[in-house]
Amino acid sequence: MEFLSVALPALSDAAGLILQPLVLGYLVLGVVMGLAIGVFPGLGGIAGLSLLLPFMFGMDPVLGLALMIGMVAVVPTSDTFASVLMGIPGSSASQATVLDGFPLAKKGEAARALSAAFASSLFGGLVGAAFLTLFILVARPIVLEFRTPELLMITVFGLSMVGILAGRVALKGIVAAGLGMMVGTIGEGDSAGALRMATYDMPYLVDGLKLVIVGLGIFAIPEIVALLRQDRAISEGAVLGGGWAAGLRDWFANKWLSARCSIIGVVVGVIPGLGGSVVDWIAYGHTVQTTKDKSKFGSGEVRGVIGPESSNNAKEGGGLVPTLLFGIPGSGSMAIFIGAIALLGSGNIEVGPSMLKNNLDITYAIVWLLALANVAGTLICIASSGGIARLTTIPFSLLAPFLFMIIAFAAFQSGQNLMDLVALFAIGLLGILMRRFDWSRPAFLIGFVLSNPAETYANQAVQIARSRFRKGFEEGIDYIFSPIVIVLIVITVISVVVGLRQAKTIMAEGAVDSGRKRAPMIFLLAVLAYLVTAFVNASLIPDFAAADRVFPRFVAGVAIVGALVLLVQMMLRPETHALFADREHGTAETNQHGLWATLAWFAGLLVLTALLGFILALAIFLFAFIRFRAGRSWGYAAAYTAAGIGFMCAMAWLLNRDFPPGLLQSYADLPWPLT
Amino acid sequence: MTIITTTRRVALGLAAAAAASFATQAHAGGHGIDLAGKTVEWVIPFSETGGSAKWANFYAPLLSEALPGEPTVVVKFMPGAGSTKGANWFQEQSYDDGTLIFGSSGSTQFPYLLGDPRVRYEYNDWNVVLASGTGGVAYLPPDLAGMMNGLDASALQGTDFIYGSQGATRLDLVPLLAWEMLGLQVEPVFGIKGRGDGRLMFERGEANIDYQTSSSYLKGVTPLVEAGTAVPMMSWGALDADGNIVRDPTFPDMPTFKEVCEATPGCETSGEKWDAWKAFFVAGFPAQKMVFLPAGASNDAMVTYKAAFDAIKARDDFAEISAGRLGVYPQMTGDEATGALASATQVPDSAKAFVVGWLQDRYGVSLN
Repeated sequence: MEFLSVALPALSDAAGLILQPLVLGYLVLGVVMGLAIGVFPGLGGIAGLSLLLPFMFGMDPVLGLALMIGMVAVVPTSDTFASVLMGIPGSSASQATVLDGFPLAKKGEAARALSAAFASSLFGGLVGAAFLTLFILVARPIVLEFRTPELLMITVFGLSMVGILAGRVALKGIVAAGLGMMVGTIGEGDSAGALRMATYDMPYLVDGLKLVIVGLGIFAIPEIVALLRQDRAISEGAVLGGGWAAGLRDWFANKWLSARCSIIGVVVGVIPGLGGSVVDWIAYGHTVQTTKDKSKFGSGEVRGVIGPESSNNAKEGGGLVPTLLFGIPGSGSMAIFIGAIALLGSGNIEVGPSMLKNNLDITYAIVWLLALANVAGTLICIASSGGIARLTTIPFSLLAPFLFMIIAFAAFQSGQNLMDLVALFAIGLLGILMRRFDWSRPAFLIGFVLSNPAETYANQAVQIARSRFRKGFEEGIDYIFSPIVIVLIVITVISVVVGLRQAKTIMAEGAVDSGRKRAPMIFLLAVLAYLVTAFVNASLIPDFAAADRVFPRFVAGVAIVGALVLLVQMMLRPETHALFADREHGTAETNQHGLWATLAWFAGLLVLTALLGFILALAIFLFAFIRFRAGRSWGYAAAYTAAGIGFMCAMAWLLNRDFPPGLLQSYADLPWPLT
Repeated sequence: MTIITTTRRVALGLAAAAAASFATQAHAGGHGIDLAGKTVEWVIPFSETGGSAKWANFYAPLLSEALPGEPTVVVKFMPGAGSTKGANWFQEQSYDDGTLIFGSSGSTQFPYLLGDPRVRYEYNDWNVVLASGTGGVAYLPPDLAGMMNGLDASALQGTDFIYGSQGATRLDLVPLLAWEMLGLQVEPVFGIKGRGDGRLMFERGEANIDYQTSSSYLKGVTPLVEAGTAVPMMSWGALDADGNIVRDPTFPDMPTFKEVCEATPGCETSGEKWDAWKAFFVAGFPAQKMVFLPAGASNDAMVTYKAAFDAIKARDDFAEISAGRLGVYPQMTGDEATGALASATQVPDSAKAFVVGWLQDRYGVSLN
């Protein structure tokens, strides 16, 4: 074992570097900051590290690393709070946690779900760190085996998870995924720069829609609106059942599942270019496939929390491999991490190919810090989960405006643009309708997330393969059908077949009654109309930009065929068929308020923002909502508004963001934060 | 609310710690504007993850120390439409009190030069206070590099080259045109997200030609060269005071593209093709990243910022801390910066027309 003789001294050097009170103090500081940032949906590693960046210059390298690793490592731990308690994906890494975590919270078992999630996170984080310790010495050649065809196949494998999440009518899931992919193609094509469903007159669309906005819109807004209409607390039970100890027992009973999902997390994390947004879905799919009794998924199966949460912390460990060994960031936060390392000390740590040779002790220090940060973060989270779970007993009409404020802030934090809010509202409306008619929202999101990698890798693989085939047939075949690709194809096919067979028993979003024919039909026709428009739009792309035309045309074509088959089925089948699922029908939900009245509140915020700018609009919105919708006193409403505005300004000040201006700001010069 | 107070306290504590660790203090003297108690916003029209972010994050803390009154300097990211969104926004800003600066890059310059329809900004309206140069190096796998006959690249003309590219209208225009002039059959594979991905593609053996800017080359490719898996082919060179292309001071042992071109039959270092290449090289590399004050900036403000950047350059440790981050390239202020801006943004019409036509013929890119 040659590498042991290299690794062991470096390991002990690393232990010496970090096992000092000051270093551990900075680590805990980073952990606490990471927890504070991660609790808010939509804010994650990028926001947190941006906050730290100004302090990195000239800082002692180990102290700076402790601070940054502490922060990055615990974001996937604390983002579970939002996923479980509010049904809002805390970050792209815990989208799948929502599916079962939130139903558990609704049943009053939030503390149980949280502590099971945290135990899984801890385990995953430790598995990730342990794996890294050994793997990092042999990783380089293995990572280099993942060329474009392999990356494409991993993407396709991720897409195959649509099969298991498609819901009762598989075809609806497939069309939903196709729609998600088409939304993902909006904007300038990567290959030739042709525009798809966008014009230069609307610059916002040219860059495409951001994952934060689509994720929040498709999951968070429908849940908020639904809960708001029912006008009660999130938790149905008055008492919080199942304490944190129950969650730990749940995790222990499923430790092997947790171990498998951790390994999935590390492996997917290691592959550069895919990052974390698929790993939780793959882990969720695996969890469902390996569970005997599938009936509880979607309505509060604790395994559905353990799987994704084990994988998303392990992914951070895996994600460090391409970052440290190749200097290629696996995610946005890793890109900032690389930039920040360059600022540390006198800049003698260079992330990239020379890292292992020159800085093996630092490399291992990073791994150890990662493990320690996970332990510290989990302990803090478990200790606080019982208390924080009580949030679910607060009447939702008090929670909703606050949540909506946070989501809006998260949505425009990258663009600082009113259009971000418009997009959020539009996607939110789509999400509400998909939820109503029982179209799989996870399938839509998977399609959206994987749309860009699927298109890019497919185009690149075709182009490179063509060049290989010119050199010789055998060389081309060797390139496309490498052993890894063949294994991935086999896994994907099995996953699709098994998934589709089982999908009928999994109600990823709970049972839904069937209603009348008319409403589901109109929604299907609207989806079909968009798909046809997108298809025609893509077909108009001229020949020289053909690379940007093929993918949207193909996906839209498949989705259109699927939608047409659905349409025929709808005409033939009786109203009681699952095709016509409609939450507005029957007694699935006891709504106190109408859909459109509730939506009008948020539309009002949007219109006011366009007129007065975000902060003034928010003040009016919060005050009016608490006074009239939640029915509290004038004083209560004023205090709530003041707290909300104060909180928002503090966040913006810390993260150094402006708020979107409105019409008023173009006439009057107002001081920050009103600008 | 407790969460926020904790974070704030943490931030302030860190600020104190960071301030204490700064060794040197440099002040800009003389008349000028005082920025005490103010916050300077440095707008970067890219995301937090790119090269411009690294460059701005390198300078921001130094600038904060060097400006009179030691204002807080914050880097603000405004990504979109390949930096034209941020640049269009900056065009609409007017000078107020010297607390707004803008950082452009080669990716902002090229659409401007090529007449991209999205460009609504005008470099001549802005006031340059710093211009940072860089260079670039093209490299090959060892077997292909071995086919070169000294500097003569004609033996490579029969090879199918694959290159991971970010887009033909970006900085990649310079290497693509250079390789074409040498007669190489280079097929760009578009859709990569950064030059780091291009290098990874090269390391995986999928691409067999690549280029990196100087600092990325030093960090990412030098270890490959040492390991024997990559061989430098040529640098783009650097400009001397008279505007001639000479060897890059960061890579004095490496031939420039000009030398390789001269040694390769069929490649000419004169004529419209060469002029176009040189014009776009000058626009993209020797003055790649610039700092601007908005239109209407007062002379006092200009003087203040020039003095601040001069003070940064005069730091004892500047050479040491900048070498790894920026490479050994001129960091120009004052008249030098103005000259660099002029050569970077004033490309002869003939060169522009040639490149526009070449992009159309070769890649089908229409810029209208």
